[in-house]
This record gives sequence, structure tokens and C-alpha cells, in this order.
Amino acid sequence: MNAIDSVRDILTRNMRQSGIVIAFLAIVVLFAALNPNFLSPTNLTNIVLQYSYILILAIGMVMIIVAGQIDLSVGSVVALTGAVSAVVVIRQGMPWYVGVLAALVVGLLVGIWQGFWVAYVGIPGFIVTLAGMLLFRGLTFLVLDNKSLSPFGGTYYDIANGFLNGLLGGNGFDVFTLVIFGIAVVGFGVSQWRTRQGKIAYQQTVESMPLFVVKLVAVAAVVMWFGFQLSISRGLPIVLIILAVLIIAYTLVTQKSVFGRHVYAVGGNRHAAELSGVKVRKVNFWIFVNMGVLASVAGIVYSSRMNGAQPGAGNMFELDAIAACFIGGASTTGGVGRVGGAMIGGLIMAVMSNGMQLMGVPQSMQQVVKGLVLLLAVAFDIYNKRRASVLR
Amino acid sequence: MSTILEMRSITKEFPGVKALSDVTLTVEQGEIHAICGENGAGKSTLMKVLSGVYPHGTYDGEIILDGTTAEFGSINDSEDRGVVIIHQELALVPYLSVAENIFLGNETRNRFGMIDWNAANRKAHALLERVGLDENPTTPVGQLGVGKQQLIEIAKALSKEVKLLILDEPTAALNDDDSEHLLELLRQLKAHGITSIIISHKLNEIEEIADRTTIIRDGRTIETIDMSEPGSTQDRIIRGMVGRDLEHRYPERASVVGDEVLRVEHWSVDHPTQIGRQIIIDASFNVRAGEVVGIAGLMGAGRTELAMSIFGRTYGRNIRGEIYKDGKPIQVRTVSEAIGHNLAYATEDRKHYGLNLIDDIRHNISAAGLPKLAPRGWVNGNEELRVAEDYRGSLNIKTPNVLVDVGKLSGGNQQKVVLSKWLYTDPDVLILDEPTRGIDVGAKFEIYTIINKMVAAGKAVVVISSELPELLGICDRVYTLAFGRITGELPVAEATQERLMELMTIERDQPLPTKETAS
Repeated sequence: MNAIDSVRDILTRNMRQSGIVIAFLAIVVLFAALNPNFLSPTNLTNIVLQYSYILILAIGMVMIIVAGQIDLSVGSVVALTGAVSAVVVIRQGMPWYVGVLAALVVGLLVGIWQGFWVAYVGIPGFIVTLAGMLLFRGLTFLVLDNKSLSPFGGTYYDIANGFLNGLLGGNGFDVFTLVIFGIAVVGFGVSQWRTRQGKIAYQQTVESMPLFVVKLVAVAAVVMWFGFQLSISRGLPIVLIILAVLIIAYTLVTQKSVFGRHVYAVGGNRHAAELSGVKVRKVNFWIFVNMGVLASVAGIVYSSRMNGAQPGAGNMFELDAIAACFIGGASTTGGVGRVGGAMIGGLIMAVMSNGMQLMGVPQSMQQVVKGLVLLLAVAFDIYNKRRASVLR
Repeated sequence: MSTILEMRSITKEFPGVKALSDVTLTVEQGEIHAICGENGAGKSTLMKVLSGVYPHGTYDGEIILDGTTAEFGSINDSEDRGVVIIHQELALVPYLSVAENIFLGNETRNRFGMIDWNAANRKAHALLERVGLDENPTTPVGQLGVGKQQLIEIAKALSKEVKLLILDEPTAALNDDDSEHLLELLRQLKAHGITSIIISHKLNEIEEIADRTTIIRDGRTIETIDMSEPGSTQDRIIRGMVGRDLEHRYPERASVVGDEVLRVEHWSVDHPTQIGRQIIIDASFNVRAGEVVGIAGLMGAGRTELAMSIFGRTYGRNIRGEIYKDGKPIQVRTVSEAIGHNLAYATEDRKHYGLNLIDDIRHNISAAGLPKLAPRGWVNGNEELRVAEDYRGSLNIKTPNVLVDVGKLSGGNQQKVVLSKWLYTDPDVLILDEPTRGIDVGAKFEIYTIINKMVAAGKAVVVISSELPELLGICDRVYTLAFGRITGELPVAEATQERLMELMTIERDQPLPTKETAS
């Protein structure tokens, strides 16, 4: 297979995925052209800090959507877990890690609660989590006595606002940040190489060697450039590390683990999955437990970022997370969707919000544009599917 | 007789595949024209070209309808010209009434633009009479059986003033009575001047009803046979379809029966929702290594219910009875336990219970045996691919690669994917529920060959089927199931279709024949 055929093959086979990546890059280029500050080190750092909690929510949400369910309660859970943490740390004066632990436990309990109703009582996730949305919002008000609590300060504040910086010195740029990014790029290259070798060993077609190298170099260049921008700004955001660990872990779980495979099987055809020995109820239960815990992580990050807890925190977060999944190629009927896609979808939303804010576009207009992007992304998806089915 | 339809040199290409190549089809006014061919031969593609699903311009060639060239841009265009296609999967809305379904998209409006339900129901009633269906037009369609739904589809076609009716596998899901009724209706329509094109795998039906038969193989027209000529037999059609003489429709097998592998005793099952209604009553049977045992039963006899209640209690409630595996009693409370005891069950309903149609062949094959690929909970993707490729080769799944979505395969190839999935779990007992439903002669032969390979490897196979010749062709022993009871057990040497049918129709209040007469 020569290089051009190979590129075309990759593009057509992954039209949906590559289409989204191309759209993402186009949006980045557009905003970079419209506003010189968009690609500045400070702003890139800000994008990461501002949207990390939506991305964390989208990781859990994509698994729920793949299984054919939906979770409308995550915004309220973000608020509740942040509130509990604030009560523990600010009002009770406990150390920061007790607050983190309390939030995680609350998230776990919320997940168990919703998972129970969905999996073992058989109520659709839409209803259970619609109820949860009201329920947990109400509990947030109760926990906070209708008042905001702030500030956290200290280590808790650093979770979403802190940077790893200066650990290895550096003159004008942070060497530590670059080393971490270097390790990440090398790790990516090695894993790609091993995948390729594995494919060759099993006599599958792989892209040609030059193309493979070009792809790796391009990815490495973009990632290192991003790392360099961070290093000349404030260094490596702690929340980026949390996010990276979660993305890698959940990509592995969804793509390589038996549990992940079962999630796709349940979403694709529940009855067939059941008759193939998949414990459908268990799968449904655990994806909601998982979502509860991830929502609490997002709650911790958000409350840290806000340096306090407000009764109205996390309002509409569920819609951003759901939109990220659908823009990223998840199917409304389940069975299709990827963590990577949801991350790109979330980044598209993040970059657009941030870009428009920089340009001083009013909030109202931003909402209109985001709504249109969601609609067009799904329309594009349907168009592609139809085209693919006609091609068959 | 004049020609109503002429399709000239139709060529339809998809990227990488030529689905139709220079196909010619001539249909005379007022005839019933059958189209035969193996799955994937191009029958459905040809009908999609004819009905405008593939619009004009996406194929080469010419369609001449009633003497004028037809260039359909969509299904609506073809329906305007009186060409109506009824697909294998019925397109009715279960919650809407019969009349609402018949006039869906074609509603009669009064002068205020509102639907005149009285007029619609009256018209629907007249249409139902024409198709010989005595049902209230206000009954929700979901309450009617598949056979009746099929007739409603035809009534819907009649409401569109159909001239050329295309039926894709109309009897695939119907029992014998309903099939007979449908064929009779086609004859009546013919008497009223409506031309029909029928695609079917049931060659005896074609022999019975078709005036002429066109055979398609590998995207080409092989021949058109006049069915009134002597020698136009099923064997002649099969020869054309597979391109070779199919001397035996069932492959030979030397039967080497070993020890008993599975025994089910006093098995009783209640209906899952209707309390007190017994679906299976005191059923007992066994199967030995290297043996193919058939379970013959009419639709509604409880065949699938019997199998699914055994396979991890996936059907029914209040399940009573014992299961013995290799002589020892076992508990099979869940599907995982069933798989753990090396039982496998391939469902009769591939699309709803057997496959994840939006996932690829690879993942479908590994679905039940995933723990084997993931010793520590992580799936070995390369090994998974190798396994899938192995089965693609050994079971001859026709696909360019195993990363193709299962939904895009033909019925026969889908069935092979289902079998691959279960073979990969290394079962000792394989229960196959209607393993050849809706698939063509060539693929059937392949499935039978696979069954033979399995029993040659010492596995025990239970085949549930309503096709008696099939059971007689491949089994060592046949049980009959009627109204939830096992009514007889015959070695295949003593079984005839007539004898089996007698046993399959014994009702619950009738006494069972004594063992002497039964065996």
C-alpha cells in the first residue's frame, strides 16, 4: 500500500474520528488567526484549567452513553460533592485530604444509589438521573444552608490551580514540564510501535513506514510544542496530570478490558449480550458507580478551581459533558463512542468558548454558536453513516 | 401477454465490489416471477435498483416499465408508477391500528385537511377483505401475528394501486398455514392482473407458485426457467443457484455415538408474566457425544422456550427439573454458568438475540468466549483478531476482513458468525435453534457440514427445527415437542415426516402414545 492510498484509507475508514480531529484543528487555526493571544502560553494553560472538569465528566459520560443510558445528574453531583468537601475542610477545619476523601465517598454513594435504580429496579437512566438532578441539587442547598462557602486555600486550592514548576530548574522555561512531556511522547511512540509490530506479527495491514514516522513526528511536534508553551508559562498544571492519568486509564479500560467490551456489547444489543454471558445488570450498575466517582473528582477540581462551594455550582455541566460525547462521535442509541472522541468533542467546546470569550463575543451569542455546533456535529455524523451504508 | 418490466444490462458497483454485472430481467404482465439465488448473489440489490432505493444514476443499465423508461430517484417515484416492494423485515408500526398503518403516509383527508377516520376504516376494511383478513381495522398491528402483518403489508401495497408487487422472502417468518394463505393470495392477485416478483429460499414454494424463475448467481443472470416445462424442478433451480449438482442436500456423516453428555429430566417452565400458564410440561430428553438430536415442533410448541430456560434460565419463571452433565447433576442459573458447564445456545433470532449488528465480526465472535482472550481481565486484541480470522477461514465467512460490521453481512454469513462465537467457547453441547432459517441452499449445506465436524469432534448437538426434511437429513434421533410436551422420540431410521407430524400435533388433553408405538 503506497503512502497516498494509505492516507486515503485511514481517512475514509475513520471518517468520523478524523473528521472531528480536522474540525478541531480548523477551529484552533481559526481562533489563532482571529486573535493573536489565543495560542499564547497563558491562554493555553487557561483552557486546560477552565475545562478540565467537563472533560473528566465526559470520560464517565461516554461510557454511560455507549451503554445506551444517559446521566443528567452530574452537574448536581459536582455541586454536592464540592459542597460536602467545603463543609468538611472550611467549616470543620479538617485537612484537605479529608475533604477529597469525603467528596469521593459521596460520589461513590451517589453512583451506588443511581446504579441500583437503573440496574436492579430497571428504571431508565434518563428518569433516575433526572430525579437525581433535583435530588442532589436539593441536598447541596441543604448541606450549604443556602450559602456559599469559601475559601479553601492551601493544598486543596492547588489541586486545580497549582503547577509543578521548577523541580528541575530551567532558565525561562521549566525543564520538569518538558521532561514529563518528553516521557509522554516517547511512551506514545513506543506503544504505537508495539501495536504496529503486533499487527505485523498477526499479518494485518499497517500504514507504510514513512507515513507511520510522519504521523509520530507530527503528533510529537504538536505535543512538545504544547509542552513548551506550558513550560514558558506557569509550568505543568496539576489538573492536567490528573486528566492525563484518567484519559489513559479509561481509554485502556474501554478498549482493552473485558468490562469495557461488555459496555459496548450491552449498548449494541442488550439481549445478545445477555445471551453471551454478559451480566447486563452488573455492567449498568458499575457504569453509574463509576460516573458518580468521576463526578466527585470533577466536583473536587471545580470547587478547588472556584476556591469554594456555591449552591448553584455545576449548573448545566451535564449538558456540556453530554454534548462533548455526541460531538465526539458517540451514538444516541448506544454501542458507539470513544473516550478519545469525547475528549476531542469536549476540547472543541472548550476552545470555542475560550476563543469567543477572548474576542468578547457576548454570552448569548456563545450559547447560540455552541448549540449550532452540537447540531451540525451530529448531522455530520448521520450524513456519514448514511453515506457509508449507501457505499455498502 | 405483454412485458411489464424489462431491466436491461443492470450493473451496480460498490467500492471494491461489483454487486450486479450486466443483469437482465424480463417480467411479463400478470405473471408470478420468482428470483432465486444464494445469499449475496445480488437479488436484494437488484430489487433496490428497481424500487429506487439506489436512485437512477448510481447504476448502469436501463429499466423499462410499461414500455417507457423509468428513472426513479426514490422509492416514492417507483411507488407512483405502481411498483411496491415489501421487505423481509416488515415496516409496520406496532402501536398504530391496522387502518393507520395501511394509510400511513397516504392518509385520506377531508376538506378541512383532517383525516376522515370513518372513511379510512371503511376503505381499510375493503382492502382487508381483498387480502382475506378478517380483522377489525382499529386493532393495533402489534397484537396480530407475523402472518397477518404480512397480509397487512400487502393490503397497504394494494392501497397504493400496485401494478408490480415485489416480495422479499415473504414467507421466511411464516408457518405453513400462513405461507399457504399468502401464496393463495398471490394467485388471486394474479387473477386480478397484478404482477408479482417473489424472492424466496423456499424452493418448494417457488415450484408451486411461480410461472417463471430467474436465477442469479454472483451478480449475473444465469437463466430464466419456464416453470411449466417438465424438468423445471427444485433440483434444476439448485443446480443453477450453486453452479454445480448438489447431489445430496445433506452431507454424509458416519455416526459414532458415545456416552451421554447432557440429560434433562422433568423440566417444567411457567410463562414469565402469565401466572399459572405452563409453557413446558415435564419434558425429558438426553443427548450423547457425537450425536445430533433433533427437536421437532411447530411454532408455539415451546421449542425456543425449552432451550432458553435450560440455557441459564433466560426464559420463564418457576423453572423445575434436573439437568445432568456427564452423569452429574448441575445448576445452570445464569448464562455464565451455562457457558462454564460448556453449554452453548445459538438463537433462532440472530438479529435480536444473537449479534451486535453495529459491531464488527471480530468482537461478535469473541463475545461469549472473551475470558479466554483475557486471562487477567485485559483483552489480547491481536490474539482476538487471529481467532476471528481463523473462524473466517474455517467457516468460510464471506467478507473482505473481520473488521466489517456484522449488520452488513448476509443471513448465512451472520449465522456463521453466531456459530463461530459459540464454537470459540469450546462447548460440549451445542443447542442450535433453527440454524438455517432464512439462509440459502449453499449456506445451509455449509452449516450442516459444520454440524458434522462438531459431532465428529465428539461434541453433542441439539438441533431445533420446524423443517422436517432437515431434521431427517442431519439427525441421529428426533424428539417431537407439541404444546409444551415431549410427545415422542424416534431414531431417524424409523422417522418419517408423516410420523413426526402426527406426534407434533398431539394436544395437551390427548394421551401420549405408548413407548412401543413411539419408537
